[in-house]
Amino acid sequence: MPYKTINAIALPTLLFGVLIAVWSTVAIKIPGFPTPMETWNELLIVLSNPLYDNGAGDQGIALQLMSSLKRVFGGFALAIAVGVPVGLLIGMSKAAQTAFNPYIQILKPVSPLAWLPLALFVFKDVDMTAIFVIFITSIWPIIINTALGVRSVSEDYLNVAKVLQLTPFEKVFQIILPVAVPFIFTGMRLSLGIAWLVIVAAEMLTGGLGIGFWIWDEYNNLNYSHIIIGIILIGVVGYILDTIMGFIADHFDYRKRGRV
Amino acid sequence: MSTKPFLNIDHVDKIFPLGKGKEYVALRDVKLEIRENEIVSIIGHSGCGKSTILNLIAGLDTITKGVILLEDREINAPGPERAVVFQNHSLLPWLSVYQNIEMAVKKVRSDLNPKEVRDHVIRYIDLVNLDHAKDKYPAEISGGMKQRVGIARALSIEPKVLLMDEPFGALDSLTRANLQDHLMRIQMQTGNTVIIITHDVDEAVLLSDRVIMMTNGPEATIGEILEVNLPHPRERLTLQHNEEYLQCRGAIVEFLYSKFAKHDE
Repeated sequence: MPYKTINAIALPTLLFGVLIAVWSTVAIKIPGFPTPMETWNELLIVLSNPLYDNGAGDQGIALQLMSSLKRVFGGFALAIAVGVPVGLLIGMSKAAQTAFNPYIQILKPVSPLAWLPLALFVFKDVDMTAIFVIFITSIWPIIINTALGVRSVSEDYLNVAKVLQLTPFEKVFQIILPVAVPFIFTGMRLSLGIAWLVIVAAEMLTGGLGIGFWIWDEYNNLNYSHIIIGIILIGVVGYILDTIMGFIADHFDYRKRGRV
Repeated sequence: MSTKPFLNIDHVDKIFPLGKGKEYVALRDVKLEIRENEIVSIIGHSGCGKSTILNLIAGLDTITKGVILLEDREINAPGPERAVVFQNHSLLPWLSVYQNIEMAVKKVRSDLNPKEVRDHVIRYIDLVNLDHAKDKYPAEISGGMKQRVGIARALSIEPKVLLMDEPFGALDSLTRANLQDHLMRIQMQTGNTVIIITHDVDEAVLLSDRVIMMTNGPEATIGEILEVNLPHPRERLTLQHNEEYLQCRGAIVEFLYSKFAKHDE
């Protein structure tokens, strides 16, 4: 086996051993903290029946995750539907940029949880509230990156459009979007990451169903090994989402088709 | 036959506002008449406003004073009857060679059916001898080939005037010579009116029927106009000892490095 491959396997394994050792020490020091072995056994039980449904929040882990993902994709889709056109507008029009910029700068740093009570008051519905909170916190990277992509269209390409007398519509689809698409996907990738962060916090507060709710529910049940399982599953699902998004982004990036 | 010029640059000024009430006079009272089928070079030191003239003819920039007429029609916006070959080729990197030309043809020749579009695009790819590279992307071909695609794209929309802004400036001298030969051959075939911006003395004499020499900016204008009385087709090898060629060359060198020498760069 080449040296690099051995390293790629040996080094993470070594670190895994260290982590397990630290974890075990913590578990000994804090009474009731689940040990790695207990957690592993619980994980097998949780994963052995992921689709059970006893109604009212008592559902298998796969159903909890699916319920979270549904909300994430709802808010994420909405953020794309609004964010891309707004970003295109801001990128193409100096006036639009001047108009929008102060609000983007002020709203961007607002914590998703600050929106939650307002959304609950307005929608009086857990799903709608979660979707809105994801929408309002994940839209900013899409707007900002789309506008950045539009502004990075080189003057030469725009001159080509001028000489050929492209209509504004043709200019957007034939010149601006091909350049901006990789930027838009970068924004979408950041957005999806944010959305996945936000959903856990939102579900803890709204309750009902979902991976965030599940973790909080297990806390109340004093079932601490399930909290750790929840953390690991959130991480794994987040990683998978990011990888899929990166794969799609590369597919639409003309620079990544072996042509540069 | 009409004695009216094909392209008439009539007492044109170009002034760029610099803000705070200041301004830069790039061109002052530029007057030039260009005949149909003529190849004209505009030569001068950097900062003489030669690219500005090209941008005004292309309609990419606005005229401050005066007027430019193409076949008696005033130029005030870009249009496909004045195709531009940009120095850095400006090919769209997400489109293949074929698609780059096809995009221009589809837009300008909306009267053609799909088969005619295809034949038309292929004809211009053949004109610059790039049939073997038609499905390649710009990043996959050399600088000289890219510039040939740029020329093919510009010619494919069958412009009345071909505007070339230092078209071979970014290329090495061997590739440049090759492309100059391409351009001369193509112009013989198509009979286009061509305006070339250059800072290369040999290129100007080799390619042009007339060489327009610009004074230095600010307030640059046309200093001298030189007629190159050499028949086409021209051969660079036989020209290097030709009396007329050497005289023209000498006149331009004299203009650029004695009468309007530029010492500050």
